[in-house]
Amino acid sequence: MTMIDRDLSRRSVIAGLGGMAFCVAVGNDGVRLMSQAQANALANAPITPWVRIAPDGRITILSAGAEMGQGSMTSLPLILAEEMDADWSNVAIEWAPPDAKVYGYKDPFGTENLMWIVGSRAVQLYFTQLRMAGAQVRKVLIANAAQKWGVDAETLKTEPSVVINPANGARMSYGEIAAFGTIPPTLPTVDPKELRERKNFRLIGKAVPRRDIPSKVNGTAQYAIDVTLPGMLYASSLHSPVHSAQPGIWDPGKQDQSGAAPESWNDAQVKAMRGLIAIVPLANGLAVVADHFAAAKAGRDALKVTWRKAKAEGFNSDRALEDYVKVHADPNAQAVKLEQKGDVTAAFATAAKTYHAEFRSDYAYHAQMEPLNAVVRINEAGDRVEVWEGSQAPDESRKAVAKALSLPLEQVDFHQCYMGGGFGRRSLGDYAAECALIAKAVRRPVKLIWTREEDIAQGMFRPQSFQCLEAATDASGNVTGWKHCVVGDGEALLVTGIKIAYYGVPSQAIERRGVSHGIKLKHWRAVGHVFNTFAIESFVDQMAVDQAVDPIEFRFERMGATPKARKVFETLAEMSNHKAKRAEGRAIGISITERAGSLGAGAVEISLERTSGKIRVHKVWAAIDGGVIVQPAAARANVESGILYGLSSVLHERITIRDGAVEQSNFHDYSVMRMSDLPEELHVRFVDVDSRPTGLGEIGNPFIAGAISNAFYRLTGKRLRHLPFTPERVLETLRA
Amino acid sequence: MVSFTLNNRQVSVDADPSTPLLWAIRDHVGLTGTKYGCGAGLCGACTIHLDGTAQRSCQIDVGSVAGKTVVTIEGLSPTSSHPLQKAWVVEEVPQCGYCQSGQIMKAAELLAKNPKPSRAEIITHMDGNICRCGTYHRIIAAIERAAREA
Repeated sequence: MTMIDRDLSRRSVIAGLGGMAFCVAVGNDGVRLMSQAQANALANAPITPWVRIAPDGRITILSAGAEMGQGSMTSLPLILAEEMDADWSNVAIEWAPPDAKVYGYKDPFGTENLMWIVGSRAVQLYFTQLRMAGAQVRKVLIANAAQKWGVDAETLKTEPSVVINPANGARMSYGEIAAFGTIPPTLPTVDPKELRERKNFRLIGKAVPRRDIPSKVNGTAQYAIDVTLPGMLYASSLHSPVHSAQPGIWDPGKQDQSGAAPESWNDAQVKAMRGLIAIVPLANGLAVVADHFAAAKAGRDALKVTWRKAKAEGFNSDRALEDYVKVHADPNAQAVKLEQKGDVTAAFATAAKTYHAEFRSDYAYHAQMEPLNAVVRINEAGDRVEVWEGSQAPDESRKAVAKALSLPLEQVDFHQCYMGGGFGRRSLGDYAAECALIAKAVRRPVKLIWTREEDIAQGMFRPQSFQCLEAATDASGNVTGWKHCVVGDGEALLVTGIKIAYYGVPSQAIERRGVSHGIKLKHWRAVGHVFNTFAIESFVDQMAVDQAVDPIEFRFERMGATPKARKVFETLAEMSNHKAKRAEGRAIGISITERAGSLGAGAVEISLERTSGKIRVHKVWAAIDGGVIVQPAAARANVESGILYGLSSVLHERITIRDGAVEQSNFHDYSVMRMSDLPEELHVRFVDVDSRPTGLGEIGNPFIAGAISNAFYRLTGKRLRHLPFTPERVLETLRA
Repeated sequence: MVSFTLNNRQVSVDADPSTPLLWAIRDHVGLTGTKYGCGAGLCGACTIHLDGTAQRSCQIDVGSVAGKTVVTIEGLSPTSSHPLQKAWVVEEVPQCGYCQSGQIMKAAELLAKNPKPSRAEIITHMDGNICRCGTYHRIIAAIERAAREA
């Protein structure tokens, strides 16, 4: 079927629905509603209705909020429903197709539209567009009622899904309007001033449950791993233990497309196993295809492969971290300047006192509970592809699959699924593209599931880092000069959270020094914020302690905390009563972090088992400025989740690489937090502000490391300087 | 062919007897509420009830359950009305939701044996089940609620 046919069929679907369908089409300003007539006039544009109102009153709103537990699948349609004044109990949610030009937001760092649900962006970047679209729909509904009644539209009001004429009490439901209503070729414009005032919100800021929850208590929620197609085969892949190596001996005479030669693995032996159907070479591995997953996995586990060499051959993560110190010491090492303001040289030259500290952090793995997987079906002719995947970026996944199969984007359909965790890993579509190549090779629908071992070995990690911070203070103890250098691999990943806009230090020099190892790296729930904030906030605490000033007062008086930062700290102080004496053997630590426009101050109360080196976190407080809170329950859950993800990473999680290969292989040697590590108390408070919503998916995470290390200092007089704070490291620090 | 009772239904599975029960349930029978998390008995996402006790289905050969009774999340209650399921919704426990079938099945075993567990008993019982979204405190609250309201 060609693209034009598909459009015609989509249009007839829209026409056949009855009621009113508000479409969206290509706009250079993100989400833009248009009438069906206008949409139909656009040749070859992918046309789907963003909002449908059926004569029975049922309203369907598409959601571009990929769902990994953070709740944006519900929040985005809810924002539109608010301004539309829809009766939420009659709103159904469907996934938006992966057309970023239509359903995307404008990339804040570029020019294109994106559907990437990453970096805590969903609510933040869709908020205004969706409110405007909702208000447009409401205007059209009111206009239709006004015309029917022969009254001035300006005199009419709405209640959820009903237009009301206050003059005579007449009521007309949105469903009734949908039965006769028309949508003007050009939709009415909305002035932002016409949007609802916060005090009039019926849905935003109210207790509206997430829509995905009921299906997640009875096993019916559909993740990609649950998709089953007729005639489907199962695949399990084995990739090179050294990242990005190719399988096999390069033999130009015998190679297939990937350059792999079957002589370099035990092909015949594995193919003889029960249920085995094929072994498909991949760019950096092999996929074993069988009639069931258990058989495919057994085949995968039996593979013995000779791998070619790759860049990471011989890489040792511990040794590399020590080499970072030399890179920092090398005056000729290339540095990328990230912040340069004031006269740093003068600040240090005239300083009454200077401070210096070094910090390290290890690699970390996402450990999302659902191992990476995808399902792909290609039609007989090879020109139509369907992908099922839980993706943080369906537009990227679609691109990755189209590229792998050398097909135009329009020939790839994408079916969004729930994600069993994302945390930044699920935004590339790499495993969907791999699945597509396998499906193409075996000419059958295929479900590819990475084993947990594969998921770790082929992890794309939060980079490791070395950091050096220096500060200059004047005679009054004010911090006047600030230098921060981070060394490591991962470029942009390495520098998130390194700038300190929430403080007012007048002269700053912040830089990155890059190295490159060939180890795969990726966004990881606030990535660089985790180690950068750790270093920054430990360093600030070190100065506060040296000057014998309360840590919050130090930040206010000597670091020049901004009004927004003061507000979250003041709220935190009120919540945690941080100056109060703690119980014997307990101490409290303070930290701040920004992320995705939000600002959060946090505190933890810890104790220490001195014989085992185990840190116990008993209480956590977080005061967050996230702007207007769209879904309070989901927002709170997001922050709580960030806090626990942070605790897990700071106290347990460590990836090490030896001889180029990841040493950890499953949850026995990659420890994550379990219920017995849960703090007894978790307190989250949002400061009450009127500003537009900012990101909340990651704000709970980055303050944890600094808060724990600062509490640890107060308890022991020693500073933890290397993430994670495993019991062995704690004991080492105590002995030092 | 291995026959056993699955959610009150007699099923026969044509799988190699060494196939993990997890995959027999998911791929052969087609019930996908039971999840694959680690395949090594370390995370609890695949927890089911075998003759009334919570077990990791990835660690059990399907051949060994012949004639036995298996209950999965789909069989816990036909209408999602088990007190734990209701409490899970009220406490808004699930985030990504992937581990929750296993969490609920593990918790159901606890309440069947100990209808009024203490917080410490809940933690000891549930400690083997990983939740990567960090919903542990809500899981505890939901178990306590279910115990109260059952």
